[in-house]
Amino acid sequence: MTQENMDPSFVGEGMYRENILDHYKNPHNKGEIENAEIKFTENNPLCGDVITINLKLNDHKVDDIKFSGQGCAISQAATSMLTDEISGKTLEEIKNIKREDVVNLLGIDVGPVRTKCAVLGLVAIKEGIKEFENK
Amino acid sequence: MLQTKQLMDIEKIRKDFPILNVKVHGKPLVYLDNAATTQKPEAVINSITDYYENYNANIHRSIHKLGEEATAAYEEAHRKVSDFVNASFEEIIFTKSTTESLNLLAYSLGNKLKSGDEIVISQMEHHSNFVPWQQLAIKKGLKLKFIEIDENGLLKEDSINENITNKTKIVSLTHISNVLGTINNVEEIGKIVHENNALFIVDAAQSVPHMPVDVKKLDCDFLAFSGHKMLGPTGIGVLYGKKDLLEKMDPFLYGGEMIKEVTFEHTKFNDLPWKFEAGTMNIAQGIGLGTAIDYLNKIGMGNIEQHEKELIKYAMEKLNEIKEVEIYGPEADKRSGLIAFNVKDVHAHDTSQILDSEGIAVRAGHHCAMPLASVLGIVASARASFYLYNTKEEIDKLVEGINKVIKVFK
Ligand SMILES: Cc1ncc(COP(=O)(O)O)c(C=O)c1O
Repeated sequence: MTQENMDPSFVGEGMYRENILDHYKNPHNKGEIENAEIKFTENNPLCGDVITINLKLNDHKVDDIKFSGQGCAISQAATSMLTDEISGKTLEEIKNIKREDVVNLLGIDVGPVRTKCAVLGLVAIKEGIKEFENK
Repeated sequence: MLQTKQLMDIEKIRKDFPILNVKVHGKPLVYLDNAATTQKPEAVINSITDYYENYNANIHRSIHKLGEEATAAYEEAHRKVSDFVNASFEEIIFTKSTTESLNLLAYSLGNKLKSGDEIVISQMEHHSNFVPWQQLAIKKGLKLKFIEIDENGLLKEDSINENITNKTKIVSLTHISNVLGTINNVEEIGKIVHENNALFIVDAAQSVPHMPVDVKKLDCDFLAFSGHKMLGPTGIGVLYGKKDLLEKMDPFLYGGEMIKEVTFEHTKFNDLPWKFEAGTMNIAQGIGLGTAIDYLNKIGMGNIEQHEKELIKYAMEKLNEIKEVEIYGPEADKRSGLIAFNVKDVHAHDTSQILDSEGIAVRAGHHCAMPLASVLGIVASARASFYLYNTKEEIDKLVEGINKVIKVFK
């Protein structure tokens, strides 16, 4: 989804559109992977959101991805959507994902404060990759 | 409402606060985040402007008309704060905030502590009365102990007695919890502290703005609070300390204005309270705080306390009726005018976002008390906190807003 597709009136309760609430209540790829090569936890001290990312790799491609943790609808839904998005992608491709891409996945204007919530999962993934590559 | 009207004319009070005319997302502002910071009456805003427009000068050093006026106004503000909490002039030090006041104590009192000495705080402390002691303890090998809370959010009596012993050097406790609203019986705890020959510090950030506080009656050794939580500007905080103790303490900051005489070899420090006010202070903010105190005195702290008691009783009743709402902390009669809660299966951030779309401002998060959140077993909560300008109608709006949150997340 591109920036133009976003309706600026999605503020407040408008933010909680059907697809976001669906992902929040029934998140995709929730759980842990026992022997994941990449495991990284990131938290947002502002609201206490915590997300742990588990990535299983096969030939530098994402073979399996799971996340655990708790937080607000925006952080949980965005991470759920993001995990769908990056299955099968290479680490290089994932490194090129930008904050705006995650906001676009949500399809709403989250505003500066909630953007921190939206990108929490992405930050965890990127930091996890960094740690993995520095090993 | 009727009873409240007799105490205070809320409609008239609301007219004194320009910001209460602001519309948020097209709706009237319902400001329920007073524990974070309060709004400012026109008189306070004007007194700051008046200083900058008519007598802006540095204090205590300029022998000219403006300098004399500014010094007189700043010292007058000191006097107003002293009277407000029943301290003497030498016992009131201006700082930047409660946080700075507590850091000053941790630094200055901490200097004299030795490895093995004990400091006691509680599980319900704000980070500003937590982290300075924790870091001091780590640095100097002190033991930091925590008074526990019970399931109602009250300090456990046996935990108070177990933790405060003759090894204790400092006890630092919040008067009112900014998350639970619990009003701690600091007067009684202070007696136990003094029986053990320890120093007693009270974090009064949430009490001085909301109820009459008398340092002589509490018999605490030190007390800290912030101007911005009591209608004053940001950047000005207060530290009260008993005179004989302040005299024996080392300054926290060194520099201009806190000295009497400086030679190449040594420095003679200034008299109290100036010994602790190094460098150019927040002059406008100090004067603004003085004006805020005039305003509070005009309304009467007893009246404000009573008004908030009615609001919290009403809010607790209304929120208790909603079965999806979980409330933290004690019953209405043991708490001040704030209420932290969660809507079942909804993160506090989402709750406050939806309330915001209705023009209602509440706080969401751990409220700078992460250790307490872990004791409560939650990551975050939403918090509504009241002040003299809030009304029962605004609490009704909060209830409507919460019902909307429930509907959206159903
Ligand atoms: C109980 C308590 N102590 C200390 C503070 C810190 O106040 P300030 O941020 O003004 O230093 C607060 C403010 O949130 C508070 O509620």
